[in-house]
Amino acid sequence: MASIPSVERLSGSFTARRSPPVGLTLLALAVTALLLLPVIYLGIRSFDSGTEAWQLLMRPRIAAVIGRSLLLVVSVTVVATALAVPIAWLLTRTDLPGRRVWTVVMVLPLVIPSFVYALVAGTALGPRGLLQQGLEAVFGVPELPSIYGFPGALLALALLTYPYVLLPTMAALRRLDPALEEVSRCLGRGALRTFATVTLPALRPAIAAGALLAALYTLSDFGAVSLLRYETFTAAIFVQYQSAFDRAAAAALSLVLVAAAIAIVALEARSRGRSRYHALGPGPRREFRPIPLKRWRWPAVAGLGLVAFATTGGPAAVLVYWLLRGLAAGEALLELAQPLANSVWVSLVAAAILLVVAIPIGVLLVRYPSPIARLVERGSYVGFALPGITVAIAFIFFGINLARPIYQTLVLLLAAYVVLFLPTTLGAVRAGLLQVDPRTEEAARTLGKSPRQVLWRVTIPAVRGSLAAGAAMAFLLVMKELPAALLLGPIGFRTLATVTWAAADEAFFAQAASSSLLLILVASLPLALILARRGPIGILRAAA
Amino acid sequence: MLHDGQEPRSPPASTGRLSRRRFLQIGAVAAAGSTAAAALAACGESQIVAVEKIVTQTEIKEIPVEKVVTQTVVKEVPVERVVEKIVTVEKLIPPTQQSVTVYSGRSESLVAPVLAQFGEISGVDVRIKYAGTPALAATLLEEGSNSPADLFYAQDPGGLGAVEPLFAPLPQDILERSPAWGRHADGLWTGVTGRARTVVYNNRKFTEADLPDDMFGFHDPAWRGRIGWAPTNGSFQAMVTGMRAVWGEDRASEWLQGIKANQPIEFPKNTPQVAAAAAGEIDVGFVNHYYLHRFMSEQGESFNARNYHVRGGGPGALIMVSGAGVLASAANPEPAQALIRFLLSDVGQSYFVSNTFEYPMAPGVKTHPGVTPLDSINRPDIAPSQLTDLKGTQALLRQLEILP
Repeated sequence: MASIPSVERLSGSFTARRSPPVGLTLLALAVTALLLLPVIYLGIRSFDSGTEAWQLLMRPRIAAVIGRSLLLVVSVTVVATALAVPIAWLLTRTDLPGRRVWTVVMVLPLVIPSFVYALVAGTALGPRGLLQQGLEAVFGVPELPSIYGFPGALLALALLTYPYVLLPTMAALRRLDPALEEVSRCLGRGALRTFATVTLPALRPAIAAGALLAALYTLSDFGAVSLLRYETFTAAIFVQYQSAFDRAAAAALSLVLVAAAIAIVALEARSRGRSRYHALGPGPRREFRPIPLKRWRWPAVAGLGLVAFATTGGPAAVLVYWLLRGLAAGEALLELAQPLANSVWVSLVAAAILLVVAIPIGVLLVRYPSPIARLVERGSYVGFALPGITVAIAFIFFGINLARPIYQTLVLLLAAYVVLFLPTTLGAVRAGLLQVDPRTEEAARTLGKSPRQVLWRVTIPAVRGSLAAGAAMAFLLVMKELPAALLLGPIGFRTLATVTWAAADEAFFAQAASSSLLLILVASLPLALILARRGPIGILRAAA
Repeated sequence: MLHDGQEPRSPPASTGRLSRRRFLQIGAVAAAGSTAAAALAACGESQIVAVEKIVTQTEIKEIPVEKVVTQTVVKEVPVERVVEKIVTVEKLIPPTQQSVTVYSGRSESLVAPVLAQFGEISGVDVRIKYAGTPALAATLLEEGSNSPADLFYAQDPGGLGAVEPLFAPLPQDILERSPAWGRHADGLWTGVTGRARTVVYNNRKFTEADLPDDMFGFHDPAWRGRIGWAPTNGSFQAMVTGMRAVWGEDRASEWLQGIKANQPIEFPKNTPQVAAAAAGEIDVGFVNHYYLHRFMSEQGESFNARNYHVRGGGPGALIMVSGAGVLASAANPEPAQALIRFLLSDVGQSYFVSNTFEYPMAPGVKTHPGVTPLDSINRPDIAPSQLTDLKGTQALLRQLEILP
């Protein structure tokens, strides 16, 4: 009885059968309850409306809108992935000059609020925008083809979402065992074939996790699609909120969005299959030898430069132009110190909380797969796929009725951030853990370490790159988050995002420019720290 | 308790100083501008400009080396408008620590200064939650009687209508400050400022004379693909509600279908429409009047769009209100009422006139000189209660496949 199961254990399939620690399960259940609050609220509200809301759904226009949403989701995901994977490879595997700086620049689009990006894109690239004015002066071009509709929405969302794929892919590339690729090269496969047949399959969980986030973000976005005039399903939901009576109809429509999100998540789960990818054996960890780009060096830099210009450089230039034009006209600028401080520390605290929640749940998911674990994971995507306003109103409902003491305090706001952004952190943590060989942890256990010690001294250090990626994403997303900060924050709570929105909404372009430039600038500093040191643990070590 | 005007009013020094400083700044900027213009003209061409006169006086004093030079610049500054300085400011509340919680559907960038000014002169701690009007209305409906809010300040009558059951009637003295067309019939809320529905047009392509007399004129196929509209926008929907009220359901539907047949370009809200009209991406757009003035204050006269108030009148020349009401569940109803009283005072109204380019509600406060006077707009006679049926309007827009 003793020896035979232990042989089976070494084959690596034992993990599926071990039951998880009780504490972990309880935590997972608590988080699931939190994650499901919005869905429960939507159920209650849509039930109110009777059949009216459902009749609303049975119209050809709604079918068309769902179709347009799905078309956009698929296209954005494909383009974002196609952009992210080569960039990730360039940034982690090659001798590209200035890789650390590029890494920060390539991740920055995450912090640009989509309404700001869309506003800038329309101003710059519209049929008679800034670009056309320049072209008219030189070449006499009277009007550019319209970017509004599908092309504009695709461009904006692909450029804003590719970092979701980039971050986990980079983390996975860094964790990959170099031996895998070396063996392939030794066996005579070329660099490209090795990448396609060895590296790419190993990256699949990370890429899929990122692509899922890009897809669901696209599903939930309102700012970019509304300003770029591509009518999606979220537009239909917002129209309902516009006449505040129709919270019931909005809830019913939101439930459809939840269903779409669950379908997309299931698709990703199926694509992931049963495959496991982790380093083979606890061999000595080595750095990859950077692949020399040689004559591709400068074209690669130019390519990254183009992406950087389209995502941050160009928009920043337009924002600076607005700022200067406003200042020349005598516009007063806002005092931004307090919104800045609020933005930074709420984002830091939220990122820390998300990390603390995501690590144990990630361990549960990867080491103790079970129906409960799957429920938490699937559930975590629901909040992310819903428009922020829907989640915020759900939290108002529960806050005012069940949690008065924390209503309109940061506690409730931070809880909402867990619901809104958990999958970004969790996805990164999970992808990292999948690459850690459970036998390394097993070995630590046999050497007399407790599970907690193993977590702290073996598992977490092994995945710190992924943790950093997850924390960075959470930080940037919270930094630009708008509806929850407006509706759930304490009275008078202002962040850079809320200030930017207030100004942009009333055509105070100079003010909007100053706060969004500050947002981009401030976001890049901690990002530089986190990414350059390869993780928060690196920072702690450097400090010690 | 607030006093209601029986005690002698004394202007607190702080506000007086504030508005005076502001006034002086405006004057200084205007003066500097025209001096620069005169100097430029004098340099460029050799013509005699009789604007500046430099008087040089030399006085010999007891120490003969010292020379006192006095320069006096005499020039006339063209006065565009006469700003009446307001000195009567009501000291509203004894400075005990009171607070009021405001849900403001109007943007922070527009109303924060005037709300702060109320706090400053009244000593009331003004706590404000800003968000979109629909989002805050939804919030109030979820919160019900547990709401921490005392006052809801909404962007449009639809937002006020949505939460009407939650309001308590306002005192008579507040209601009397605004005209009957600008407040709730039973006094549940009052308008604070007025805004006109207007047609924004590109003034490099058109003059007002080129534009049709009434809203049906935009059915002309000549406007195909050149019209902007924002069917999801609250103000647009209020205008359609006005059309239903004045023209009846059928004619409102006919107008919407005719515009739809002309393939209008759909915008999410007003501001990008005004920008698109100026850029020439559209020729005309159905918007509120004040956005144009916002753009012009950042981009100047060269901003290529202007407002046209349809001369034939009707719902296309509707005047709507932004307004406020005090919640029945308010913990601090008195400071909330005092705040509305302040917004409708001469000081509060003047703030809106000069900063948000809206129409004042209170009698005796002058409209901004750059804005079309209310008298010269051929506006329809619609009671505000006729503008709150958003639900019916949305049903119509949905039936015509204009809204998703």
